[in-house]
Amino acid sequence: MKMSDSREIKAAPEVVWAAILNPEVLKACVPGCTDMTGNAEEGFEATVTQKVGPVKATFKGQVNISDMNEPHSLKLSGEGKGGAAGFAKGGAVVTMAPSETGTLLTYDVEASVGGKLAQLGSRIIDGFAKNMADKFFQNFQEAVEGPADPDAAPETDDGKKKGWFKRLVS
Amino acid sequence: MPKDTGIGASSKRREDVRFLTGNGRYTDDINIYGQTYVHFLRSDVAHGRITSIDTSAAESMPGVVRVFTGKDFEGIGGLPCGWLVTDKHGQPMKEPAHPVLAQGKVRHVGDPIAAVVAESLAEARDAAEAIMVDIEELPAVVDMKKALESGASKVHDDLADNLCFDWGFVEENREAVDNAIANSAHVTTLELVNNRLVANPMEPRVAVGEYNRSDDMSTLHTTSQNPHVIRLLMGAFVLGIPEHKLRVVAPDVGGGFGTKIFHYAEEAFCTFASRQVQRPVKWTSTRSEAFMSDAQGRDHVTKIELGLDADNNFTALRCLTYANMGAYLSTFASCTPTWLHGTLLAGNYKTPLIYTNVKAVFTNTVPVDAYRGAGRPEATFQIERVIDKAARELGVDPIKLRRQNFITEFPYATPVAVEYDTGDYVATMDKLEEIADIAGFAARRAESEKNGKLRGLGVNCYIEACGIAPSKLVGQLGARAGLYDAATVRVNATGSISVMVGAHSHGQGHETAFPQVVAEMLGIPEDQIDIVHGDTSKIPFGMGTYGSRSLAVCGSAMVRATEKIINKAKKIAAHLMEASEADIELKNGQFTVAGTDKSVAWGDVTLAAYVPHNYPLEDIEPGLEETAFYDPSNFTYPSGAYCCELELDPETGKVTIERFSAADDFGNIINPMIVSGQVHGGIAQGIGQALLENCAYDPETGQLLSASYMDYAMPRADDVPFYAVDHSCQTPCTHNPLGVKGCGEAGAIGSPPAVINAVLDALNSGGHKVEHINMPATPSRVWAAMQG
Repeated sequence: MKMSDSREIKAAPEVVWAAILNPEVLKACVPGCTDMTGNAEEGFEATVTQKVGPVKATFKGQVNISDMNEPHSLKLSGEGKGGAAGFAKGGAVVTMAPSETGTLLTYDVEASVGGKLAQLGSRIIDGFAKNMADKFFQNFQEAVEGPADPDAAPETDDGKKKGWFKRLVS
Repeated sequence: MPKDTGIGASSKRREDVRFLTGNGRYTDDINIYGQTYVHFLRSDVAHGRITSIDTSAAESMPGVVRVFTGKDFEGIGGLPCGWLVTDKHGQPMKEPAHPVLAQGKVRHVGDPIAAVVAESLAEARDAAEAIMVDIEELPAVVDMKKALESGASKVHDDLADNLCFDWGFVEENREAVDNAIANSAHVTTLELVNNRLVANPMEPRVAVGEYNRSDDMSTLHTTSQNPHVIRLLMGAFVLGIPEHKLRVVAPDVGGGFGTKIFHYAEEAFCTFASRQVQRPVKWTSTRSEAFMSDAQGRDHVTKIELGLDADNNFTALRCLTYANMGAYLSTFASCTPTWLHGTLLAGNYKTPLIYTNVKAVFTNTVPVDAYRGAGRPEATFQIERVIDKAARELGVDPIKLRRQNFITEFPYATPVAVEYDTGDYVATMDKLEEIADIAGFAARRAESEKNGKLRGLGVNCYIEACGIAPSKLVGQLGARAGLYDAATVRVNATGSISVMVGAHSHGQGHETAFPQVVAEMLGIPEDQIDIVHGDTSKIPFGMGTYGSRSLAVCGSAMVRATEKIINKAKKIAAHLMEASEADIELKNGQFTVAGTDKSVAWGDVTLAAYVPHNYPLEDIEPGLEETAFYDPSNFTYPSGAYCCELELDPETGKVTIERFSAADDFGNIINPMIVSGQVHGGIAQGIGQALLENCAYDPETGQLLSASYMDYAMPRADDVPFYAVDHSCQTPCTHNPLGVKGCGEAGAIGSPPAVINAVLDALNSGGHKVEHINMPATPSRVWAAMQG
């Protein structure tokens, strides 16, 4: 499946760029991610637990960043193997353009699944993938810029306030 | 007055007592001391190159006995194809290797890569997750026409392309057909898809392999329709085990529908592995595995052209079919779209010239093979859809157009190589018009329209070739086996009888119907006779059950063997009564001497055969046991006319079948109730194909998308109406001793076109100029067609 969307982020493209290369940010933003190690140059190792319709699985896989054109665009691609549940893989071309708000972040996502995930979840997979991408970029946006009222932001699992990344670098 | 025993009686199916009370003994019920369990690691990509397999972690997991990969099967035969098709240039079809476990490449989702044999199924499954397989994914080919484009990804690297064969039939008629079509007053053209189906027998496949070192004997219990065929293929072509060291048992089997004819990798694996690990190895398919490893059915894409003259007589028929083979050639995959399909294209009509071109294509999908009807439903759907379309284009009544073109004289040699021995297509159509109350349709339609519904009526005829098959003929056509069958009639000392048959019953009711025949011939009660089937160590070498052949072929062998029994018993009776053998008559279980009041009972004669104190030992041997092999001289040709009447909701596109009528000619009938049951089941499957069922693959990735009952819609009780079924039109087969034709597949062959013809009739009656709708005619497809 393929989909595209965009978001306005209240931060400069350089800040957005740095965030997207940070494993801590990625771990916090990938829905269901329980572990993320590595770096942008050599790739990240990720563990993600997700439930797709009737299939719940833990995916172990690799996330790579390529086509880096700082701070304008890059490509995220990943593949996760879920054992008996099958596999999921996908990629996103992300572009960051300066805008009045800060950065216009645009993403073109392509995702596919195989094995039991495709066999049992094909009718819901498109909606699932869109939901995953939306959540990822929503989390990303919140990590970078924080919610409208930073003090009201709920703490995340690891005790970090939303918008923590922006505060870290600014 | 209906009979209550013997031929023609609706004897109750004796096997149902155990089936309906949970006492059937299926392969999964067989558990052998020391048994291990195998779980297959299957490919979750449609096409890829295996770059590495690491089984070390799996091997050290708890309970693991051994892990097998393709390496363990190097030097061992692949799964063979049983039918060699020669293409239109005289070249043999392409037969790529079909390994038991993948060698180097995976070619469809579900292709087995490795197998873990463990103490328990759970341990086998856990260990399979620890096998590390690296697969370099390759582009998948799914669509047949794209698979034939130059530059398409190749399913088999050692072949030039994805074409298995390009078959022309009858090639000598091609030009004549082209000319006749070109010169026809009217030509109706139709492009259609015969949707891919999953057979879904209630019992999934199971295999239990066992090796006994003390006598070097391998035994395979398996869910098969033809245990001797499995023994032959697996023993001779895959594992190299001579017949006397290999026993194949197919006990109670819960439905086959064709998909349990074939020899599968899991059967060969369990037999092989049980020898390697010196313990029994059991595999029970899950429903998910069945979706990606049972051979699937149909999947033809066809263009058909029918020529008619100015008086609406058919002049010629020209077809082009793309037939999906899937990733490998299954056991009879090549035969289905060719000889079981092309030879049926005359249908019930005297079309003088017929040509079909069939291109068989490899794709990265599960292999396709025979499924209830096998080739004949595809042929019937083409013919009966194009005739209906022609009738609409010409503005003539579709029944009248059919009647006008019926074959009416028999025997009839078709232009597609077969000769129909008998039939009466006018009689079945007359009967159909009566039982379907076609005359009352207009009133029923008016009533539906009052309620805001569209009502449609669809009719079609069918012919099928059953009783497969004359060995000499099929040998010429490429079969790598004879297709006779065999029966041994063993009369016991006290007169009861065991009949060992080569046919296999997996729902057809042989255990009831076969004894009816013997009981009729001997005049003894049916319950004195039992059928033994399914065990190669007990039954003579017969070819099993498929193609509606059991009664016509194996039943004929049983009749021949029983005739031998009668001849010998008469000799014994003549001796006991001191009479001439020529004067002995057998009636109601009594031997009498014509013109006298002398008699001996059946049991006296059988006892004398086994206690030969007063016995003509100088003339005949003791005992009473005879075997006969029967090879038919022709196919049988059941035929009939079907009618579907349905309501269509124009708001939603939902179709509801209101009436379904079937008038069949099966020749003589042994058990009318069993015949009706066979027709009912067949129609339900045909309605499933027409309205509900579709096996779908992702066109880009080759992922199997309809792999559970959430996405693969099987017909349920409320999807089908009560049927009006009639088989009183009987033109007995002229060449087998029972005059029977076979009824197992008729329902599935005859019903899909009736349903689709009815859907189109309903749509057109509502002013929607729709010419065709592909199966399954789901509400969304019907609704989309209505929107133009």
